[in-house]
Order: sequence, then structure tokens, then C-alpha cells
Amino acid sequence: MSTVAPPLPYRVADTWAETADTRSIELAPVGRELPSFAPGQFAMIYAFGVGEVPISASALRGRHGGLVHTVRAVGAVSTALYRMRPGDALGLSGPYGTGWDLDAAVGHDVLVIAGGIGLAPLRPVVQAVLDRPAAYGRLAVLVGARTPADVVYRDEIESWRGPARVEVTVDRPAPGWHGAVGVVTTLLDRLDLRPERTCAFVCGPEVMMRHTARALLARGLAPQRVQVSLERNMHCATGHCGHCQLGPLLLCRDGPVVGYDRVAQLLLVREL
Amino acid sequence: MSTDVDANAFPSAATDGLVMGKDGMAALVDVLIGRGFTVIGPTVRDSAIVLAELRSADELPYGWGVELEAGRYRLRERSDGAAFANAAGPQSWKSFLHPARVREWSADRVEGELVLTADQAVPSRYAFLGVRPCDLRAIAIQDRVLTGGAYRDPVYAGRRSGALLIVVECTEPGATCFCVSMGTGPAAGPGYDLVMTEVVDEDGHRFWIRGGSQEGAEILAELPARPADPETRETARAGVTAAADRMGRTMPEADLRELMAGTLDAPRWDDVAGRCLTCGNCTMVCPTCFCTTTEDVTDLTGDHAERWRLWDSCFDLDFSHLHGGPVRASSRSRYRQWMTHKLGTWHDQFGSSGCVGCGRCIVWCPVGIDITEEAAALHDWTRSGTSDGAAS
Ligand SMILES: Cc1cc2nc3c(=O)[nH]c(=O)nc-3n(C[C@H](O)[C@H](O)[C@H](O)COP(=O)(O)OP(=O)(O)OC[C@H]3O[C@@H](n4cnc5c(N)ncnc54)[C@H](O)[C@@H]3O)c2cc1C
Ligand code: SF4
Ligand code: SF4
Ligand code: FES
Repeated sequence: MSTVAPPLPYRVADTWAETADTRSIELAPVGRELPSFAPGQFAMIYAFGVGEVPISASALRGRHGGLVHTVRAVGAVSTALYRMRPGDALGLSGPYGTGWDLDAAVGHDVLVIAGGIGLAPLRPVVQAVLDRPAAYGRLAVLVGARTPADVVYRDEIESWRGPARVEVTVDRPAPGWHGAVGVVTTLLDRLDLRPERTCAFVCGPEVMMRHTARALLARGLAPQRVQVSLERNMHCATGHCGHCQLGPLLLCRDGPVVGYDRVAQLLLVREL
Repeated sequence: MSTDVDANAFPSAATDGLVMGKDGMAALVDVLIGRGFTVIGPTVRDSAIVLAELRSADELPYGWGVELEAGRYRLRERSDGAAFANAAGPQSWKSFLHPARVREWSADRVEGELVLTADQAVPSRYAFLGVRPCDLRAIAIQDRVLTGGAYRDPVYAGRRSGALLIVVECTEPGATCFCVSMGTGPAAGPGYDLVMTEVVDEDGHRFWIRGGSQEGAEILAELPARPADPETRETARAGVTAAADRMGRTMPEADLRELMAGTLDAPRWDDVAGRCLTCGNCTMVCPTCFCTTTEDVTDLTGDHAERWRLWDSCFDLDFSHLHGGPVRASSRSRYRQWMTHKLGTWHDQFGSSGCVGCGRCIVWCPVGIDITEEAAALHDWTRSGTSDGAAS
């Protein structure tokens, strides 16, 4: 007999709004629990009868001790997850994918650069660095969002100020916004970087990552010191469905986190 | 390949092998059925040689050949009565090992709880009769893809582990075949349970058969066969050698992986995009294409849902869909994805080429697009120096 293991049943323990179209959900296992996730890894989350999508872990230990995911409602499945309320049942499998290589950053300055919901998979990086300040050098977090209302984890970002340097920029300001306006790369210009001692972790839309990585290289970072988390259509997360290809890479297996040195050329090819 | 087998290890299969006639073939099918196998082999149906369950060896395509060309497939009657003198038909063994449609699990909502249940299907034990050397390699490639990594596909693994592979070496390549270029035929590589070579001449219609596994050797011992005479062996070998010289197609003499990686911006992709209908036929007939999609369906009560896995094609617009739209919107990028994956990036992902030179994609392309011709055009382009930005 050969059976495909279904996802494990989980229940929504808590859920809260992050922005107008984005919510975080904290999950608790109903029975057996999945192995623990590392920062940057993702789960396949199954919404009953609707479908299954890849979603990164946005916190490895939430308020109730569970795994947290932050979901932006963009289509059928993500909207179903966005609408989940405490007690609702869903299916979960994982952890999948390569995580951020935090070991490579030990003893280094850590630079976290996020665009929009891209901060979700990076939040465990910030938390890991804040948990072990002695292990790392300086921490800087640069966040870009469309509008001030689209900034996720606003209160938490504020709490990072102090131990970390935090900068937030928006594409379109709103009344009352006193922060920076412009793409996230403009924030880089104000940073005093020690390129040979810095590891950068970048996640956001592909164009944002390309521009950011280029700007980092221009500031003297070696491409392998820039890690990016890439997105592609995914159905299996186990290297079998073929959907997540980016040239030679299967992003569910070889990613989603990859060194920029491995993908710089690939990201230049249109429609690859 | 992982399934390397030393044919010499099996005494009854000693390199000399045995020879049997059509009665031996009839007995083989009976023995296989008697041992509980579902025997799948070539047979004539719907004006093509298809793979289907065989109840007796009479159903083999004795006396049928095929004429193949780009976009063209015709059955042709043969005067010699040979059963295996025909190149690849539209199907491959993938249909049985990696089915086009499988239910993976189901989900029920019971009093607010989600009850998830794995599908309990018990796969048949298949005996594949008449596997071509190129298709034998294709199976080895799918083995790598679906069971060789950190995750094993249990559906494939379950069907594959029980399957018996009976290879027939190729003596009659089609005009669209290029297994020699890909190093996959016409002689059989390792991994079979039994291998035979068909000979029809003035001394009769016979099969030179050798074992490649313990189980193959046991089956061989049950067949009405005699020790192979040197003449039959030599005729058989000569037939296979001659086949190697009669391939209808060839790949350019180049490192295909490098060729693909270096031509992502070649103008030739626009040319092929102008012809390709993005119908995905090439991916459906390819014995190594493995891509699938998932479909979640619910019944009318809304409390029962099922997860199905279906073959998918990189030519489908939804294949690369991300919120906001497909990554590969143009037919240029989708044909390029398919061909560069087959010949190039497959090496990076799974350690071998994804093409075995069976020619099916050429035959079943409605507009006759030919992967060897496209590779040659890309190769010409690199040689003409136009790939080097400075020179163009
Ligand atoms: C590694 C990784 C991590 C991610 N992490 C997060 C995260 O932390 N938070 C977050 O909000 N998002 C995350 N995403 C993105 C998230 O997975 C997508 O937003 C989500 O898949 C959208 O699903 P949907 O059904 O809501 O959207 P849709 O756009 O409706 O559909 C997306 C999926 O449905 C399929 N599909 C769509 N239309 C069709 C059709 N017509 N026919 C067949 N299939 C179709 C596609 O194959 C696709 O996989 C991540 C993605 C990846 C790859
Ligand atoms: S790409 Fe074409 S020739 Fe190569 S294995 Fe697939 S169908 Fe056969
Ligand atoms: S190459 Fe031919 S078979 Fe393949 S998608 Fe294009 S038209 Fe269809
Ligand atoms: S998601 Fe299926 S191969 Fe990567």
C-alpha cells in the first residue's frame, strides 16, 4: 500500500489583524505536532475544501506558544485563511524549505530588509538576533511598505528600536506620516555599513529584492552575504510537482532562501 | 543509475541467455499472470500501438510497424510478423507508475474537527512487457526525481517497487528517434528484470532472452526455451548495432546543458513561439515529464473534500501563476522553460538529462516542432557568435 500522508489537523488558537488585508493566525496541533520550524521555513496550509498554499512561519513561538503565520488575502486560499477565527480547523504540513542561514551571520552585523509582507518570514530572524545579542554585531531593520497603513507588525517594530536600528519607508505617504518616503533602497544610503562584516537578509517582491541586492553589492557586500527568499507557485513543497522552478533551482527544495550569488543572473532573465 | 544489476550474477541468465519462439512469448505472459502480475504491453488499438493490459501474448502487435515523422504517426503492416519492430507509441510507462490522476487523501468535517484520511489504494503489481531501452532510462530518471531525493513520492514508489521490467532491445528505430545521441539505446542499459532481442530471419521468429534479476531468472527458468545458439546471438546483436546507425534524428554535438544555459536570450525562442500552440502535448507524451498540480474538490454537503493530484504541463498559463498573474506569460518563455529543463537544468536538479531521445514529443506535436531541430538552431546561433553580445 502506498499512501500520501495528509496534512496534520491544527486549530486556530488566536488571530489578529495586522493591516486591512493581512492577519496573523496562531496555530495549535489537534493531535500530533509537526517538527519545529527554523526561521525562513514555510508550511503548506490547507483550508478545508478550498486548497493549500505555502506560508512562511512569521513567529516560531506565539503568545500562546504556537506557530504563527501572517497571511495577506490575495486569492481563494489566502482569503479563506485570512477569515479563520479561533477554533477553526485547518491542515498543516512542513516544515519545508531552506531557512535563513543565521549561522553565517554569527559574529556579524545583521541587516534585515523587507518589502511589505516580506517582513513575515524575516521576523523570526529579528527575534533570533534579539534573543542572542551577544552572538551578533549590530542589527538594522529596514522596512518598505506601500502606505503607512500597510506596515505589518507596527507595534513590534517600534519595540525593536533601541536594540536595533529601525527605518520604515512608504511609497505613498498619508496625512500624519513623518517618516521616510521612497523605495527601501533609499534607506540604505543613510546606513553606515561595514560590508565585510555584514550579512543581509532580504525578502519582498522580486523587483525589490533585485534592486536591494544590487544596492548592497554596490555598497561592497559580497553576493553570498546577501540572502534572499524567493517566491514561486508551489503545490507539493517536496520537489515533485515541478511548479517552483527558477532555472536550475527547485525553490521548495533549494530555497526559498538562497544566496544572491546563486540567483543574481537568473533574476535578470525575464519570465524565467 | 541506482538499479545497477550485474547480469552475470544470474546463472540461467548467463550472458549467453536462452532462445525461445512465439510459444515462449505466450508462456511468458501466462507465467506472469500466474504469478499475479498485471501484464502491460503494446497492442494495436485506435490506429496506434498503445500500452494496455494483456491477457495473452496474442494481443502483442505481431506484424505491425509504425511510420513516424514530426507531427505524424501511422501504423504500417509488416511482412515479417515481428512484434516489437515498432518505435515508441503515444504512451509511456509513466501512465502506470505515475498516473495522470490519483486521489491522495480526503478530509471530512466532523463536528468542527477536520478528519484527514490517507487514500488506501493498493496498487497492482505490474509486469511491463516490451519496455524500450530509452524508456528503461526514462523510468530510471523518474525514479531519481520521485524517489531519489529527501522526499519519496509514495504513490510512485509503491507502484514502482512491485513492477517487473521486461525490456526489448530496439532493432527498428523510428525517423524521430535519437536515443544514440542521448546515450540511452538502442541496447538496454541496466535495471531490467528480463531483456530480449527479437530476431526474424530464415531460421524463424525467435527471441534471445536474458535475465537481469533474481526474479527475472526464476521466470526465465519456467519458459520453454533452449540455450542460445551463437548465430541467434550474433544476428540479434547485429540488429541492435544496425539500429544505432539508423536513427532518424540526432542532437547537435555539444554540451546540451551549457547550450541551454547560454541561450536563454536567443532569438530562436521567438521563432519557436510563433509556431508553438502551447497545447502541452509534448509534456503529456514525454516519458520523463513529471509535473503535477493539485485539485481540491468538495461534495455537495460541503463536509467532505478530496485532494487529487493530476498531471500538469509547464505550457499551461496557470502553471506559474502567482497572485497577480503568471510568471511565464509568453509562449516563448513556456517553450523555453520546457526545453531548457529537459536538456539543461534537469542535470542541476536531478543529476542527468531529462530527455531520453524517444522522439515522442516530435511525433505528437500538432505542428511538428522538433526538439533536435531547435537544439541545432540554438547551437548554430552560439557558433555564429551572435550569442556574444559584442559580436552581434
Ligand atoms: C515559500 C513561500 C512563502 C510564502 N509566505 C507567505 C506568507 O508568509 N504570507 C503570505 O501572505 N503569503 C506568503 N506566500 C504567498 C502565498 O503562498 C500566496 O499568496 C498564495 O499562494 C496565494 O494563494 P491564493 O489561493 O489565495 O491565491 P490565488 O492567486 O487565487 O492562487 C494561488 C494558487 O492557486 C493556484 N491557482 C490560481 N488560479 C488557478 C486556476 N485558475 N487554476 C488552477 N490553479 C490556480 C495557483 O497554482 C497558485 O498556487 C508565500 C509563498 C511562498 C512560495
Ligand atoms: S523530450 Fe521528447 S524525445 Fe526527450 S524524452 Fe521527452 S518526449 Fe522523448
Ligand atoms: S511544442 Fe508542440 S506539442 Fe509542445 S506545446 Fe508546443 S505545439 Fe504543443
Ligand atoms: S513546490 Fe512542487 S516542486 Fe517545488
